[in-house]
Amino acid sequence: MHFADNVDYPSLLGRPIVFLPGLALLFELLRGWNIGITAIGRGLTEMFRLSALSPAADNLVVAGLATLFVAFNLAVVMRLKLRWQVYIVWLELAVLLLVFFYSFNLSFDFIRRKIGFLLSQGLVMTLYISVVSISIASALALIGAMAKLSSNGVALGIANFYTSLFRGIPLLMQIYMIYLGLPQLGYVVNAVPAGIAALSLCYGAYMTEIFRAGIESIPKGQWEASRALGLKPASTMLRIILPQAMRVIIPPTGNQFIAMLKDSSLVSVVGVWELMYLARTQGQTEFRHIEMMVTASMIYWLFSILLELIQARIERYYGRAHAR
Amino acid sequence: MAERMPADMAKDPVMMGLIRGPANATPQPGSGAPAVEIRGLGKWFGAFKALDGLDLTIARGEKLVICGPSGSGKSTLIRTINALEGFEEGEIRVDGIRLTREPKIVEAVRQRVGMVFQQFNLFPHLTVLENCALPLRLVRGLAAGEARERAMHYLSKVRIPEQAGKFASQLSGGQQQRVAIARAVAMEPDIMLFDEPTSALDPEMVKEVLDTMVQLAVEGMTMAVVTHEMGFARQVADRVIFMDHGKIIEQAPPETFFSSPREERTRAFLQQILQLH
Repeated sequence: MHFADNVDYPSLLGRPIVFLPGLALLFELLRGWNIGITAIGRGLTEMFRLSALSPAADNLVVAGLATLFVAFNLAVVMRLKLRWQVYIVWLELAVLLLVFFYSFNLSFDFIRRKIGFLLSQGLVMTLYISVVSISIASALALIGAMAKLSSNGVALGIANFYTSLFRGIPLLMQIYMIYLGLPQLGYVVNAVPAGIAALSLCYGAYMTEIFRAGIESIPKGQWEASRALGLKPASTMLRIILPQAMRVIIPPTGNQFIAMLKDSSLVSVVGVWELMYLARTQGQTEFRHIEMMVTASMIYWLFSILLELIQARIERYYGRAHAR
Repeated sequence: MAERMPADMAKDPVMMGLIRGPANATPQPGSGAPAVEIRGLGKWFGAFKALDGLDLTIARGEKLVICGPSGSGKSTLIRTINALEGFEEGEIRVDGIRLTREPKIVEAVRQRVGMVFQQFNLFPHLTVLENCALPLRLVRGLAAGEARERAMHYLSKVRIPEQAGKFASQLSGGQQQRVAIARAVAMEPDIMLFDEPTSALDPEMVKEVLDTMVQLAVEGMTMAVVTHEMGFARQVADRVIFMDHGKIIEQAPPETFFSSPREERTRAFLQQILQLH
């Protein structure tokens, strides 16, 4: 927790006079909305093998289950330690998500047949595009930030124009412009390099602003101390300013990496066989779109989680001087 | 030279001894040029004249204390000496080197001048030891082991070798400022500038920092100190300067300065300062 105050506010939901009527109301609402015949309700009743009951009984059972579920959280989970609260809530939400997917009547057999190709071609291509684009975007961002902070009007002008243009045009349009526009100049680019170029330029523009703000967040006194000690401008930037700015730069940059991983799916419009493209085309032949979409989504999510974990580690590293 | 000197300064034998002829065009360090020589220094912040035709010579080994009301230009003055502030008029010579905006010149000057700031300005991402050792490696070109050794030597001199592995945020203000002094002195400069080194400290930590500075003075370091610590001025200073509106209003050895200040403004300032301390 970033800031822990020393006040215990009375837990409103923990009091029976509040939560008992609350639960009753919830039950009534769920029953009124016919939760039993929604996809989630059907999914639940099927999971618990209750489908033989009448729809009205179904409705009651599902509303009751949902109410019990909320009551369990109020009565039990809210009394646990913070860490366990987080774990249990994650588990619950994951189960709810699974129930949601289960309600689609997915053909797991179809997923099993296709997932190999989805991973070996689609995921590999997605990761390849993302990693290369992230590297180029980071380099562009560093150069862009330096230019924006420089006293060179030409550099500043180029950097301003660049960030303005590439933040201001939809990424999809940039991909088309590079893939279809550059050949007009006589340079024919393949789909993959065109996609990488568009992603790098677009995310480089966003990250330029992140880097600039990060560098500017370091107090002037750090520059003064470093320069007064005789460090040259490049050493000051690399050894003194940037390592400190990383603390500010890392969280939004992690955001950008995760966003880019998923935005790499836009490259599918020019026919690159990455994850999203395959998910769309593989499902088409047997009208199993949802299966492929869910599978691809889960793969994206897994790799986003991986990036989140890496980000947390890097944040800890750069924050170590501030841990007490 | 002589006619530019204020009359009261010319009469003062101590002052007379401090003023020397202009340095050679290509001086060697230690060639006998004064540590710092300032002539007709003028600086504007927009329309505000921060320094107004200021003359000042700091002799080798001299301990100079600069005081004056807020906004009088005392910080600006010492920050021009190592080019953290630019100036529009006059000239500054450090160890005889005429300060320009030339990178080589500025670097040469900064290698001869150490600075301690009001806000310490330690590098928070580095340990105490790295704070002192990194500049030695990058500027003095020392090998890593050698730099660490020298850094430890100077950390011992400011009496905090045991904190070497900690980060600045884990130290008290007084300890941080002593590390900042060690970091600057480890570069073995000819001159040390102190810009209100105790103003950001809790009262009980002022003494440990002043003691460190006294020790440095006893060892013969040339020092220019902007401070309101009049006890320190009495104990250490060879000369005390009172500034107002970007000019030196009065300068004298501390005995004279505190017992019989000539100027009304100095008297008023001293009264306010000494009431507080």
